[in-house]
Formats: sequence, C-alpha cells, structure tokens
Amino acid sequence: MTIASKTPLTAGSTRLISLSNAMPWAFAALFLLCLPFVFQSNSALTIMNQMAITIVFALSYNMLLGQGGMLSFGHAVYMGLGGFFAMHVMNMVEDGLWLPLPFLPIVGGLFGMVFAFLIGSFSTRRAGTVFAMISLGVGELIAACSVIIVVFFGGEEGISGDRTMGPPVFGYEFLTQQEVYYLTVVWLLLAALLMYLFSRTPIGRIANAVRDNEERAEFLGYSQRNVRWISFCASGFFAGVAGSLFAINFEILTEENLNLATSGSILLITFIGGAGFFVGPIIGAIVFTLLQTVLGLHTELWALYLGILFVSCVMFFPSGFAGLIAMHRRPLALGKMKLLIKPYLKVAIPAITSVLSLAAVLEILFHKRHGYGGDHEMHLYGIAFDSGGYQAVAFATIIAAISLILVSRVLPEIREAWDNANHAEDRA
Amino acid sequence: MALFLVNVLDGFVTGLLLFMLCSGLTLIFSMMGVLNFAHASFYMLGAYFAYQISLVTGFWIGLLVAPLIVGLIGALIERYGLRRVHKYGHVPELIFTFGLALLIEETIQFFWGKSQLPFSEPAALDFAAFAIAGNAFPAYKVFMIAVAMGIFLTLLYILTKTRIGMTIQAALSYPETVQNLGHNVPLVFMCVFGVGTAMAGLAGVIAGPVLGVFPGMALQLGSIVFVTIVIGGLGSLWGALVASLIIGWLQTFATAYDVTAEQVLTAIGFTKPEMIWDHPLQDLWTLTLPQLGPILPYLLMVIVLVLRPQGLMGNRES
Repeated sequence: MTIASKTPLTAGSTRLISLSNAMPWAFAALFLLCLPFVFQSNSALTIMNQMAITIVFALSYNMLLGQGGMLSFGHAVYMGLGGFFAMHVMNMVEDGLWLPLPFLPIVGGLFGMVFAFLIGSFSTRRAGTVFAMISLGVGELIAACSVIIVVFFGGEEGISGDRTMGPPVFGYEFLTQQEVYYLTVVWLLLAALLMYLFSRTPIGRIANAVRDNEERAEFLGYSQRNVRWISFCASGFFAGVAGSLFAINFEILTEENLNLATSGSILLITFIGGAGFFVGPIIGAIVFTLLQTVLGLHTELWALYLGILFVSCVMFFPSGFAGLIAMHRRPLALGKMKLLIKPYLKVAIPAITSVLSLAAVLEILFHKRHGYGGDHEMHLYGIAFDSGGYQAVAFATIIAAISLILVSRVLPEIREAWDNANHAEDRA
Repeated sequence: MALFLVNVLDGFVTGLLLFMLCSGLTLIFSMMGVLNFAHASFYMLGAYFAYQISLVTGFWIGLLVAPLIVGLIGALIERYGLRRVHKYGHVPELIFTFGLALLIEETIQFFWGKSQLPFSEPAALDFAAFAIAGNAFPAYKVFMIAVAMGIFLTLLYILTKTRIGMTIQAALSYPETVQNLGHNVPLVFMCVFGVGTAMAGLAGVIAGPVLGVFPGMALQLGSIVFVTIVIGGLGSLWGALVASLIIGWLQTFATAYDVTAEQVLTAIGFTKPEMIWDHPLQDLWTLTLPQLGPILPYLLMVIVLVLRPQGLMGNRES
C-alpha cells in the first residue's frame, strides 16, 4: 500500500512498507523460528535466549547512542528496574493476578518507561559529556539503593519467581526451554520491528537531526530537550522489555542487572557492532555473547581480549563491524568484489596466525605468572608443552613477528586493490 | 567534640585525596573538553607501580618514580591514542577512555592477579602524630595532607603566576590563536594530560597503603570522582576543591555516626510497627546512616543537578 507523504521528512519515501524492506524481516523471522531444529540442546537454547535479550537491550541502547547522540553509562538501570517490576508482577500472578506470561514484557517496559520519564526530565537537558556523567551518577545511585532497599530488590541474593504459574496460553505453560525460546524470539522480532519503525518516524528523524546539530534543530522549532526526552522514554520502554525477558528466562534478578558493569558492557556491545547502523547492535550482541560463552570456556583472559578488541575498534574502525561490512557496498555495487577476494585471502592466513600467536604469548605469560604450585605443563591449541622456560614464549613471539611482517607486506596490495575496487572506471 | 574533630580531620584527608584526582581531571577536561574516564585507572596504576618498585627500593623511591612512569604512560596514550580519536568528536573520545579503563583493569589483573596486595605505609611514618582526647591521629595522614596541599599550591602557582601557566590558560580558551602565536598547542595538551595522570598516579601511591591496592580500586573511586566534578561544576578547579571536601566530610560523618532511621522516626512521633520483619516499610525503619553513606554523593549530585545544572561553581552548562 502507498501512503502519500505529508511532511518533507518522508518525501521521497512514499512507500512506507516495500518488499525490499520487508524481506530481511521475513527472512530473520523464518531463520529464528527454524533455529531450534538445528540446535536442540538446552544450553544452546539458553545461549540463544541470552543473545536475543542482549539484542533487544543493545537496540534500545542504540536508540540513545546511535540515533540520539546520547552516551549513557547507566542504561542497565532501565533494564534492571523493568525486570524487577516484571518479577514482582510475576509473583503477583502466582498469587492470583490474571496476566498471561507473553504480556509480561509490556508491564516491564511500561515501568522502564516511567523511570526513563522521571530521570530523563533532568538528564536530557544536555547531550554529550554532561548527559554521560548524569547517567553514570544515576546508575550508581540506583545500583547502591538496590543493596539498601531489601523489600524491593531482595538485597544481595536478589529476587526470584516462577514463570509457569500464570494462565496457560493456547495450552502452553512455558515449562520447557524451547517454549521460552519462542516467546523470547517473538518479542525480539516485535521489539526490533517497533524500534526500526520508530527510527523512521518524524520524531526518530528529528532525533538524528538533534544528534548531528542541536542548534539547527532548535532553529527549526524543535526543542532539543523534548526530542531527547521522547527518545529516552522510548529507549527506556524497550530496555524494560529486555529486562522482563531476562526475568522470564532466568527467573532471578540481582544487583548485577543494574550495575555499572552491565551498563558498560552494553556500550561496548553496541559500539563494537556499530552504533551508526540499525543492525550494528545485533551484530555486536551476537559477537559478544559468542565471545563470552565460547571463548570464556577456554581462557580466563577473554575479558582482556575483549578490552583490546574494544579499544582497537574505537581507534581504528569506529563504525564497528557493521561499518566494516557497509564499506563493501560500493565495490559490490560496482561488481568489483572479485578484485578484493585475492588480497583478502592472501592476508587471511598471516593475520589469523599473528592473532593466534599474540594470544599465545599472552596465555603463556599468564600461565607462567599464575601457574599454580610450579605446575608449568600447559595445553594450547591442542599442543602440550612446558611454559616454565623461555623457549615457548620465544617461539610464539617469533611466529607472531614473522606473521606480522607478512601482514605488513600484503597491506599495500590490499590498499591498491581497495582503491581500484572503489573506482567506477577501470584504471588498469 | 573530640570525635567530631577527628572526623573533621579524616574527612579532610579523604576530601584532599579526592581533590588530587579531581584537579587533574578538571584540568584535562577544561583543556581538551574530554572527560578522562580512565583517570581513576591511572590512580590504580600509580599504586601498583609504587608497590612493585617498593619491593626493590622501598617506599620513598616508589613515591617519586611511580607517578613519573604513570605520567609518561598518560602522555603516550594522549599522543598515540586520544589524538587519533580526537577527530571523531567528544563522544568517541569518552568511549575511548572508557575502553582504556577496562583495558587497564584487565592488564593489571593479568600481571598482579585479583587479590589485594600487601602495600603498607613506610616505617618512618608509622607512628601517631598527635592525639585528640585519646584518639591517635597517624603521622601518615598528616603526610597525606601535606603532599596534597603541596601539590595544590604548586599547581595554583604554576597556573596563575608563571609563563607556562599563562600559555596553558590561554590554550584553554583560544587554542587556535595560541597556536598562531607560535606555541606548540598539541605538545601543551600532551604535557597537561601527562601531568594530570601523574597527579592521579601520585594520589594512588599515597592512597594505596590506606585504602588498599586491589583491581577494584579504580572502580571504587572512579564514579565518585566524576560525581565530584559534576557537583563542583565541570571545568572549575575551585568547584572541584569545594565539592571534594564536601564529599569527603559527607562520607566520613555518615560512617562515623550510627544514627538509625528508627531513632529519627520515633523522635518525630511515629511508632514502630510490631511486626517489623513483615512490614512493607521495614527497610525505612532499619535504615542506618552508615548504610546511606555510599549513596549520599550520588544523591547530592541529583539534587545539585536539578537545582543548579551547571554545578556549584560552574559558569557554563556544557
């Protein structure tokens, strides 16, 4: 169907929902619905649920950072508060309140929105550094309160509930992990779609304008504060939805859901994925959850690697993974991707070797320093060796050096191929 | 009364320590417009370096050398990290320093592990300087006050009375004009960042023996430091001093006086419900002042921001 454009903002995009817009969503829905047939184990389902919750949370965070230009260090507050309220409502359902479980996220979302409304009333006056500092202070305040107000937050052990006590929905009581997965996924799709549509509305567009130049937006007659406030409330709603989904999945909420560490990791996730793109937070959430669960199984140093990845992301590719992918749109449109494939393959082997061997250097050093009781036997990449002497470190360092030299050799070639691939007329 | 005096002195020590961090942070902020999220991490680095050096040479060399190393690291990070990110704007700069804070914490755990290190004050200062009605006041705290005051006065003298200070102040307001006059402004920025982080490092060295050396020490103080400079007014050195002292005293007095909410509530005429363990307001009744201590700075910040958004002594809003 076509909708005539009413404001200059929608001019040029008269068709609100087109086939090319709807296709990725339909594909994503189909993919997510089929996923449990591939990964059937409970632990895989738990990881996927965790991922879905993180995606909703990261998307809501990106409404602030990417679309509104507000850097928040306390976004976990809205997710946590939404989750705590959802948990209390869940417990009230157990005592007889009629509310089917699939509607619980709406409740949590509304509470998230109420708190965003209250806190946003004074924090959204300014963007940038001042907003960041206020969000940090408020985040710390509420995290500290959670230890004091035991009735509501449950002190150090948190509060827990039982999701299966509500009225059955079409016969489902959400006893199995798979039923919870489908509930989470439906909410993920719904929330993501709503957030996407929000970014297309005039208010979403004005939020972009305020992010880019607040003074100009003011001259156009928009109050920058109100625009930020509205985005903030919407973001608080979806953070509350994420919190409720967390409550449904894990049936327990603690101070950890509110504190600075959680707020910090959602910033990291969104930024690594790419704050400038709608899909960025989704990529970030998937990468982060995989790193956390898969890498976390194998090494104690995963947080260090994550920190290195984050800092190098800020320094070298600030548009994140989504930005790296989006860079290739132009070569693809020009049909010159094949120019890039050969140099990419050429750099892949030394690049992977250098990353692995640098990680090996760190792992061996860590093992040497913190090896328990003089036990220097170590397993890395399936090789068993002695980490006590200098040989292992020296060997890994030499491999790293050699592969880094090889990478630097290939770099000019990549740069040239990149230039060629981005030019319409063939230089050769 | 004697206890009151001891608490005044203790709060003064805490406040001055906080100010050593805040002054560097404020200086860096007013110069580059970037709030260094990793500032408390440099404080932590100072403590760890001083510990490592003190194992070999004793406390005093560590006190001198550790801040220099921290300052050097800070200057290098400004030169090769922050300057690179600068072109993307202030928000990416803040995100960069946030990432740096994570990375420094992880690096410290990589080298020194997760447990607290036995870093103690030097034997030369391990005695009671004086006593107030039986409450001994350690000489180390007198030393802390002296160092902090010394740093503050030196900084004030350099910033207001010397030629270098004039250049720095001018570069704060009109970097381009100062650059056109032939001063190397990027170098000035690098030095200010280095000096600011070195001061944080020094604060870490002298705070280490009192507050403990462990990987969470940056997080413990980091948020309070930001709250302090927001309360004082971003970019105002005097505001930072006033706010640091207020917060120092607020926290000390809150932990020292065990006032419970029950006493207050009964004094104004409420009666305690019988079944307190089952009452919806049980937390209100069992609340004590020491419990409230950690959240008072944040509460103060919210109040200040609502009533006076530019902070106590700030003259601009952003």
